This record gives sequence, structure tokens and C-alpha cells, in this order.
Amino acid sequence: MSVKSLYNFAFFDEGSKREVRRAILKAVAIPGYQVPFASREMPIARGWGTGGLQLTLSLVGRDDVLKVIDQGADESVNAVSIKRLVTGTTGIRATDDAREATIIQSRHRIPELPLARGQILVLQVPMPEPLRFVEPSEYATKRLHAEKEYSGAYLALFEEIMKYGRVATGADHPVAVNDRYVMAPSPIPRFDNPKMDRSRALILLGAGREKKIYAVPPFTKVASLDFEDHPFEVESVEGRKCRKCGAEGAFMDEIVDDASGAAEYQCNDTSFCSARAGARAGAVDAARAP
Amino acid sequence: MTADFDAKALSLVGLTKWFGSRCPSCSSGGDGVLEKNYCPECGTVYALRDLSLTLYEGEVLGVVGESGSGKSTILNCLYYDMEPSSGAAYLSSFEGGAVDIFSVSAQARRAIRNSLLGKVYQNPLQGLKMRFSSISNVAEKLIAAGQRNVGAMEARAVGLLGHVNIPSVRMREAPEFFSGGMQQRVQIAKALSNNPPILLLDEVTTGLDLSVQAKVLDLVKRIQRELGISMLLVSHDLGVVRMLADRTVVMLNGEVVEEGLTDQILEDPQEPYTQELVHSML
Repeated sequence: MSVKSLYNFAFFDEGSKREVRRAILKAVAIPGYQVPFASREMPIARGWGTGGLQLTLSLVGRDDVLKVIDQGADESVNAVSIKRLVTGTTGIRATDDAREATIIQSRHRIPELPLARGQILVLQVPMPEPLRFVEPSEYATKRLHAEKEYSGAYLALFEEIMKYGRVATGADHPVAVNDRYVMAPSPIPRFDNPKMDRSRALILLGAGREKKIYAVPPFTKVASLDFEDHPFEVESVEGRKCRKCGAEGAFMDEIVDDASGAAEYQCNDTSFCSARAGARAGAVDAARAP
Repeated sequence: MTADFDAKALSLVGLTKWFGSRCPSCSSGGDGVLEKNYCPECGTVYALRDLSLTLYEGEVLGVVGESGSGKSTILNCLYYDMEPSSGAAYLSSFEGGAVDIFSVSAQARRAIRNSLLGKVYQNPLQGLKMRFSSISNVAEKLIAAGQRNVGAMEARAVGLLGHVNIPSVRMREAPEFFSGGMQQRVQIAKALSNNPPILLLDEVTTGLDLSVQAKVLDLVKRIQRELGISMLLVSHDLGVVRMLADRTVVMLNGEVVEEGLTDQILEDPQEPYTQELVHSML
């Protein structure tokens, strides 16, 4: 018996999908605001992308094409398991091509190729509260959001500058959405933050363990927090060239050769890289140009 | 800085704070019903009872009294750490003293707290973020007041921490690694960061050893002289009050029982409770 016939379409019962969709609608209506939702028990553990998966399952239709990325890779165990669950319970097709997909579920990256109108980017979020580091109480952070009191987020950045001489957020650099709510963009590198600004695709963020859904609707202003004399900067990829496809200016993984100790670089976005390395390199570059 | 000693910096009018459900016999004011500050019928505790006070520009007003007399509750209410049950407070620096600071919006409250008041808590755990560097602790109030220039905030924080004698090599350390006296001095620097016209001091020297106490007191005295800040000084230590306060109010069971020049109160106390308090001094 196939998995498909054992479960309802897209795993969830219709009521559950509707509840998640209602939370999504509210999240889209209030950009950056964390909407609480009744996070379901899932066949994968919380903390392994259940927030993103619930968004994907509630949205997926028979005509959708799914892409799942885990830290840039389409073939990692987690990405493959999620892909199999969704395709297995819906019968839809999965793809590696970011341009072909209608729903892209991702952990820790936004694809190198710019997303288009009509696409939906679903990001998995471990920690949706940007103020949690300075304020442990949810009751208190809710009030701080309500009063637009974000000095705590700035304080955390200030502390990094005091300690390290610069803003040292490795990922999850907080952003202000539509000049109102400060939001955790999920642990994407700072390199990806500017891609959220006025994105053509709808960006949905889901935190399964923390039971929160939030969104950046298309063409919404997303500004990374910074100071007058310490403007926001992305990680520098200057002088780094992909060893496989020769790309420059993309987000790279550093690979250190154990024998020689020399560092080599390779595109973090695997589908972007392999498409470039293949015959379609010229076409991929054309798509990347703004 | 010359201060106009007739100008009111802060006035409290009829401040009342109770904890409990209240019952008909105590809700009318409670005179004759309460045992000390406690209603024996419903168990309501009256921390402050219709308290009115005035703090003038540039003066240090001492508030003394036994523990439980309501001293700290005054500061907690003023700094919005606690909501008063009834009453009003007016700051000359806010809307010219025409608007009750308890009647304003949450945003306005934050602005008052961040720019017009500074508070030094008895326990540095309450006033500081123990894991953030001392500079960040001082800058926190500046950030909250809307400053977004790291260089300027760092310079201000370093200046203030130097002012309170934190060695420059330790300014980037977190207060959790500091002694109690140093933590208290970081708190004072933080409270001063936005040049507030009023400083609220809650038992600043309690729990510090004598030589450190003397340093903190010196510092408070110096700041008061140099900056002309009005201070509300809560202490149960009459020695501290004698050294710092120009005027003193004596509190008992949430009410003011005696008020006057500090010397007068300490040398010639009129009320039986004040006499008892002064005579208990070592």
C-alpha cells in the first residue's frame, strides 16, 4: 500500500491545514508579527523543520512543485526526508531548480537565484523571538513588540561591537519589517538578509517548537538593524571563487584541505552550483543578473 | 549650576498602594481599622497611604523609616516598576509639571523612565544586565532614548564609568565579574547616562563594606554638587541620610510622620517614632 492512500492529502486533516492557513493570512496582514498557532505533532521531531513543514503542507496543492533546501543543499538527509514526506502524501513533483519550484522550503539559506512573483519561500525557524537574548519572558517581549520598544535588539548588537569591534552576528541578524516589527529572519547568513527586502516572492517563516508563524509579503521593506557609524554589512565573499563552477560573488562554503591546509571555496547553494557547472551555466548567470 | 530651590522638581500627590482585595472597613482610608499597615479583616497590606511629597530642584531628600514602611514602594511606583493603586505624580521636566506621569501612555512612560529619571537599585541584579559589558549597560539607556551612534555612546559610557572610578581596563567586562561596590558604581553611571534631572537612590550603600560605602557616598555627593541633580534618597541608615540629605521625611506604615531639615530631624525629633528611630542609632 502506498503512503498516499494511508493519509489525507498533504498528511494533515483539512481542519489542521485550515488553522495553519488562517495563521498565515494573519501573518501576511501584519508583516513581521509573530502569529501564534497550534503547532501539530509531526512525524519528525520538533527542531527539525516542523514549522516550515506545517506551512508547506497547509499550502501545497496538486499543481505545486516543491524544492527543499537544507543549508544550501538539496540532497542532505533532512531535505530529502521532508521532500519525501510531502511528495509521498501529495503525489506532487519535487525539483532542485529554484526557478521551477512554486514552494521552496529552506533551512538557513535563501537561494542564490532571485525568486519570482508567485513563488513562496518557506523558512524554518528555531528561535522566532529576536528579543529573547535580552528578555527571557514571553509576556515581556510581547509587550515590547506592542510598544515598538526594540532597544534590546540594538543593545545586543552594541554589545557585539564592544566585544569584537564589529557586529558579529553569524546568522539571524535581526531585521525591521515595514518599519514596524523587528523580526528574526531565521538563521540565514547576513549575506541573505538583503534578499528579503522587497522580495518578489512571499516569504513565510514557521517555528514549530515555538509555535509561531510570521511573514514578509512581497515587495515589503525589510531593513537589517544597524548603527549610524556601523552600517549593516554582509559577509564578504570577495576573492572567493567556486572550485566547481567558478562562480564569484555567491555565498561560499570553505573547504580546508587536510593535507595542505589550503582553503578552497565552493558554492553553498548546490543546485545553483551544479546548474552552472553543467551546460546551462550561461542561462543560470543570465537569470541571476538583476 | 545654580538651582532654584523654590522650584519643584517632583511632587507626589496622594500616592496610595495596597496589596490585597480591600474590604469596606479599610477602603475608606483605614484610620483606626488597620493594624500598622495591615487590615485584620481582609488581609490587605497598605504599603503607601495617601502620601504626598515634594522634591525641590537640586536638593537631596532623604526618606527614612523601618523596613516595610513604604520607602522603596515610592521609588518603585515612580520608576514604573510598580503601578500605584491611586495618586498622582508630577515632574517639572515633563509637560511643565502639568500632567500626571501615571496617566500617560506606555511610550511616554518609557521616555520618562529613560530620559528624565535614573534609578540605582539596592540590588544591582535589578538595575544591571549582569552578562553584558559595563559599557553596554550604561549605553542601554542611551539606546533606549533613541541614540544610534556607537562612537558617541561608547565615549559617553567610558566618560561616566571613569567618573565613577571603574578602571578603563575593566569597562568591557560584565558586572557579574565585579565586586558589589563596583556594581553599584556601574549602576550609578548607568543612571546618570541621559543626564536625568532626578535620581532615585534605593539603599545605595546597604550591603557594602564601610570603606566602599564611603566611596559610593563620596561619589553621590560629588555628582550632586557638580551636576545639581535632585535626588530622592531612600535609606534606613541615618548616617547616610545625615551625610547626604538636605531635608528628610520619616515614614511609618506607609505615611509620613515627620518632615523637616535633616539636622532638625536628627537633633530634635518631635514625633515619638522619630525619637525612637534616632535613639536607636549606634
